[in-house]
Amino acid sequence: MTTKPYAIECVNIKKAFGSVDALKGVSMFAKPGEVTAIIGDNGAGKSTLIKCISGVYNSDEGEIKINGEVVEFVNPEESRSFGIETVYQTLSLIEDLSIWQNLFLNREITKGFGPFKILNKSKMKEEATKMLKNLDVYIPSIKSRTRRLSGGQRQAVAICRAAGWGSSVVIMDEPTAALGVRETAKVEDLIKRMKAQGLAILLISHNFDQVLRLSDQIWVMRQGDVMAGLRSKDTSGDELVALITGAKSGKG
Amino acid sequence: MKKISRKSTAPSSEGAVDINFLSRVRSKIQDPFFWSDWLVVVAFVFVIAFFGAIAPAEFLTLWNLNNILVAASIPAIIAVGQTFTVLTAGIDLSVSSTMTFGAVTFGLAFTNGWPLLQCVLFGTIAGTFVGLLNGLIIAKRKINDFIVTLGMLSVASGAALVLSDGKPRQVISESLATLAIGDKANIPYLMMVAFVIVVVAHFVLFHTRFGTHVFAVGGDPESARAMGISVVKIKIAVYVISGALAGFAATLAISRIGSAEPAANTSILLNSVAAVVLGGVSLFGGRGTIFGPFIAALLLQSLSNGLTVIGVAAYYQYLSIGLVVILSAALVRTDK
Ligand SMILES: Nc1ncnc2c1ncn2[C@@H]1O[C@H](COP(=O)(O)OP(=O)(O)OP(=O)(O)O)[C@@H](O)[C@H]1O
Ligand SMILES: [Mg+2]
Repeated sequence: MTTKPYAIECVNIKKAFGSVDALKGVSMFAKPGEVTAIIGDNGAGKSTLIKCISGVYNSDEGEIKINGEVVEFVNPEESRSFGIETVYQTLSLIEDLSIWQNLFLNREITKGFGPFKILNKSKMKEEATKMLKNLDVYIPSIKSRTRRLSGGQRQAVAICRAAGWGSSVVIMDEPTAALGVRETAKVEDLIKRMKAQGLAILLISHNFDQVLRLSDQIWVMRQGDVMAGLRSKDTSGDELVALITGAKSGKG
Repeated sequence: MKKISRKSTAPSSEGAVDINFLSRVRSKIQDPFFWSDWLVVVAFVFVIAFFGAIAPAEFLTLWNLNNILVAASIPAIIAVGQTFTVLTAGIDLSVSSTMTFGAVTFGLAFTNGWPLLQCVLFGTIAGTFVGLLNGLIIAKRKINDFIVTLGMLSVASGAALVLSDGKPRQVISESLATLAIGDKANIPYLMMVAFVIVVVAHFVLFHTRFGTHVFAVGGDPESARAMGISVVKIKIAVYVISGALAGFAATLAISRIGSAEPAANTSILLNSVAAVVLGGVSLFGGRGTIFGPFIAALLLQSLSNGLTVIGVAAYYQYLSIGLVVILSAALVRTDK
């Protein structure tokens, strides 16, 4: 049986901040068309791991493969050029830029050539509307400042931006942590739609119900190590809690 | 004669357009930044009206208004450069000595018999070099912009004194004299030069990728970096722009005085920061326009001119301009 290459594969990733070993040799993978969840307590190293994948940090050791190809990203621009888009915990929206400007940040459409390239604003606004519509996100005006959006709208804009670039991998760090019930449901819908479109989705979440609802594969992290990798349909909330707290060892 | 120039909209959407327009106006008015953008225009009109009312015969003459435009041209150019640095949440305290440094290098080239255009270029390059140093140290070594440019203020004026041996050099040139005193349709050439720079800067800021990235880096450097923007490059670029414009402005200063002066004109620095604040640029970065600081530069010049015209002693002028700056900083919403 031939298998498709993993969208993301990490092999023995290590990362230290001074004397803090944030990642002590993490191996995991994520498949296209699946939601892969990473769970673990605060400080387990989840955010650090995805920042290594997206090029914000450079790992000290180990290998990252994208669609089977070994890569080494030294900055976020490089990972973006490989079709990896990330929605960080902080969302990375510029408050004082308009929504369409944020959607096209560092991906601006220009016209003209050479040093006379100027922004094609009407085209970007048009495309921005399409990007939002494609994921059924309703925002009153794409020209208003991002500052004026609600928490849920913000999250939706950040996710649309990540999904909108013909990307193959979308990484999300706690996308619903600050949201109410209805807005969480909307974001979960978004994630399902992206999955249906064949994207590989890497999801960090502290919400086990959500993880069990959405994900296909779960990686449990503790203190910079991966404790277990499980298929979501074969596990339960209780087992996840036990793994996270160390009451149960995934490797044993 | 009636002219129907507007395309007629479908009647069914007429009402929708109206509501849309109203809600847009309302949202504009409720936006506190709208007021910081327009405050300067209101204040400018007020200053002109005020002095025009008390001293119409002196203040509102063509000759006097011309004087204001001439005097505002250099501060306007410097303010444009300063706007770029402040938009990235930085500041360039070295602008006035960079201009002096540019003037001295211009003077050196001129006494060596270089053609005028090359002298202009030489002075501009000298300023650009100072800006590049500022930018490299601030962005690459991550050292506080305030300290770096304050140090550079001293370094550049020291270098200007060393290079010139502390002596002014006469620069006698027909073309420069024409530039300094000539005008077209009552607009002085100097102001035209400044205005061209203002328009180009506006274009760069609002119609190029670079401009968008300047706002992004100023608004939120972490997020800008996460989106793959090189914060370092943008930061270097804004100091280069500020230095280049200061170096170029030296040409205008030389044309007005007729010599390259090695002594720094420190009021230029205060003036540029004042114009930027008054012009509604957020000191925290990420918000602002080019026309705001430009109008503010005109306003500040009108203010000091008006005070002179009505006979207020120069000492009080310093006082009043300082107060205007502090007051405007308090009025304009600069907090995030
Ligand atoms: N830039 C940094 N400098 C120093 N230490 C860091 C840095 N980033 C993370 N760490 C440390 O690395 C460890 C892992 O942090 P990380 O942010 O990856 O955890 P996390 O699993 O995302 O936690 P949370 O659930 O709270 O978001 C922590 O001990 C943290 O203090
Ligand atoms: Mg985290």
